[in-house]
Amino acid sequence: MEAWIFFKRTVRMVFVGTKAYYLWCAFLLAIIGAAITFYTKQLDAGLIVTNMRDQVSWGLYIGNFTYLVGVAAAAVLLVIPAYIYHFDPIKEIVVLGELLAASAIIMALMFVLADLGRPDRFWHIIPFIGILSFPNSLLAWDVIVLNGYLVLNTIVPIYILIKTYFGKEPTKNFVIPLVLLSIPWAVGIHTVTAFLYNGLAARPFWNASILAPRFLASAFCSGPAMALIIFQVLRKTAGMKIKNEALFKVAELMAYAMFINLFLLGAELFKEYYTATIHLAPMQYLFQGLHGHHALVPWIWSAMAMNITAFLIFLIPGTRKNLITLNIGSLLIIVGVWIEKGLGLIVPGFIPDPLGEIYEYLPNINEIAISLGIWAFGLFIFTLFMRIAIPIQRGDFVHSKYGKAAVKRQYERIKP
Amino acid sequence: MKMMSMGALAALSLGSSSCTQAQMEEFLQKRFREMTEAEKKEVIQRLEETYLRKYGKKFGISTQPAGSGVLWGYGLDLSRCIGCRRCVYACVKENNQSRINPQLQWIRVVRLKKGSLINLENAEHYYNPETVPEPGFMYMPVQCQHCENPPCVRVCPVKATWKEPDGIVVVDYNWCIGCRYCMAACPYKGRVFNWSEPNIPADELNTDVHYLGNRPRMKNVVEKCTFCVQRVRNGRYPACVEACPTGARKFGNLLDPSSEIRYLIENKRVFRLKEDLNTEPKFYYFFSA
Repeated sequence: MEAWIFFKRTVRMVFVGTKAYYLWCAFLLAIIGAAITFYTKQLDAGLIVTNMRDQVSWGLYIGNFTYLVGVAAAAVLLVIPAYIYHFDPIKEIVVLGELLAASAIIMALMFVLADLGRPDRFWHIIPFIGILSFPNSLLAWDVIVLNGYLVLNTIVPIYILIKTYFGKEPTKNFVIPLVLLSIPWAVGIHTVTAFLYNGLAARPFWNASILAPRFLASAFCSGPAMALIIFQVLRKTAGMKIKNEALFKVAELMAYAMFINLFLLGAELFKEYYTATIHLAPMQYLFQGLHGHHALVPWIWSAMAMNITAFLIFLIPGTRKNLITLNIGSLLIIVGVWIEKGLGLIVPGFIPDPLGEIYEYLPNINEIAISLGIWAFGLFIFTLFMRIAIPIQRGDFVHSKYGKAAVKRQYERIKP
Repeated sequence: MKMMSMGALAALSLGSSSCTQAQMEEFLQKRFREMTEAEKKEVIQRLEETYLRKYGKKFGISTQPAGSGVLWGYGLDLSRCIGCRRCVYACVKENNQSRINPQLQWIRVVRLKKGSLINLENAEHYYNPETVPEPGFMYMPVQCQHCENPPCVRVCPVKATWKEPDGIVVVDYNWCIGCRYCMAACPYKGRVFNWSEPNIPADELNTDVHYLGNRPRMKNVVEKCTFCVQRVRNGRYPACVEACPTGARKFGNLLDPSSEIRYLIENKRVFRLKEDLNTEPKFYYFFSA
């Protein structure tokens, strides 16, 4: 009964908000609606409506998938200090970090679904109902670890929020083991996703053992960068409690992660360019162009410039502890890593193809529209999560026994 | 329980749209290897009816299994290949590949400058001279190499592709989910994808088909060379072997010591493509001269 009332109140909660909240939701829903029409077209005509072909058989969808798995994995960067080192200022953002991870996983899974030629046969991949080729296929591993991670990152924050709503302390014996489990699991999802590409001897660009470490390092840049921006937006719009000190701490960790990322990239570039075997070709295609084809060259150099600039911003305490430069750095990382791990990772894997053909790929309007739709859907889910989570955490949305139980349009801001 | 959940799924995804019983059965169809003989029969009958409705032609769909004591192997004489691509088009016709948009071909002939064989980066895929062969060049046809250790089979998340007992790597087109992981895993570009509904003029259809081979496919599934499974299990050569005007293509049973392919392996200097990847292809290239 209490649970039912709680549920009803949360549903009512997401329908109430400020003008900005309504506008934001309407904006996202409009993008989702447009994307659905593009996806219907893709379902109807087949994947021919994309720019993918036999030579480059994965593109923007799988690039976004890889990036978002990284964002999801990076939730641990927020969890580790909060639970292990009892760093209190970060503690309050853990729930939100985990909900961000859950939203990112939902988006990642939707990108796989968008890329799937036969979504009508989706049941073939469900264990026990269909046939999941475990342990042979790394894609089967990914299905398992991603869904497990989604469950984990949904259970923990929802449990904590419900407990808080009913004015109780979360049971440590329940939460701590799950949180500790989520740390190696986060490393796991991104490692498995890296192995998905890494395990293909046919594609020398991916068949490098440095791939999984690089994945983790770049994830620990892009995920927290996204969190930094989102938390500041929520602080302004939803009155979320978060101190600058916590933001700066996360930024410092990001500087280390970006250093490792750049170092690993350098190690890879050295090996490929110094030995200069025929396996250099994809790298050459990406950074210099190959046989007159250089669609990705401006992209990757922009990404390099963004990542290095962001690294310097986050390294120098003066710029790291200034919200304006911090935000510039975060945006640079979000875009820079997206290019590096999206198109910059997936496409050169296919160029040149195993028989030496070069087919240049850049996504077309259908792929871009569907991808934007999935991003909008993820942000929409996350917005709804936040609409509930923040008032609960602030103590504004609690059981009537424990406080004033009003569904308010907006809560007063708290000075950072 | 399994049937119930599948039924629920079926209802969920098809419930609202009006759908025929054939569509429903197709949706619930099991993987070919899990079917009993009776189930196979039912599926074949339904498929033949569907093809008749769709193309107005009577198809004969075989499910003939691999013979015992057979392991198929292929030989290709690079000193004889003139790059005419007759094999490519014979294959397209025999195996009902989509003709336009997308144009699918299971064999790709690449032109190489004499003096470079292993580095395919300088291979020309779209050479188009008045006449072949051209001086200074050699030609190398590449198709599925039917690896003994096929990376494509290992990566498939739903086991929609497998190696048959006679060594042929096949795809169950009705089980493939279209993720294209196998295409990323293949070092020989042996797999192509139906990016849209295949386009084949009805009068060019080959109605003599095998379930795991050249039956008409649907959109968004992967397909590949099957050594013409519909032919070789009936004592015929693959279409590409028959079409080759110079006799560069050889085919036979690797387990038969008196076969031509065994003779070639023992007496010619054969090599296999990308042997360093340990895929163990059953496709042998050699030079007779």
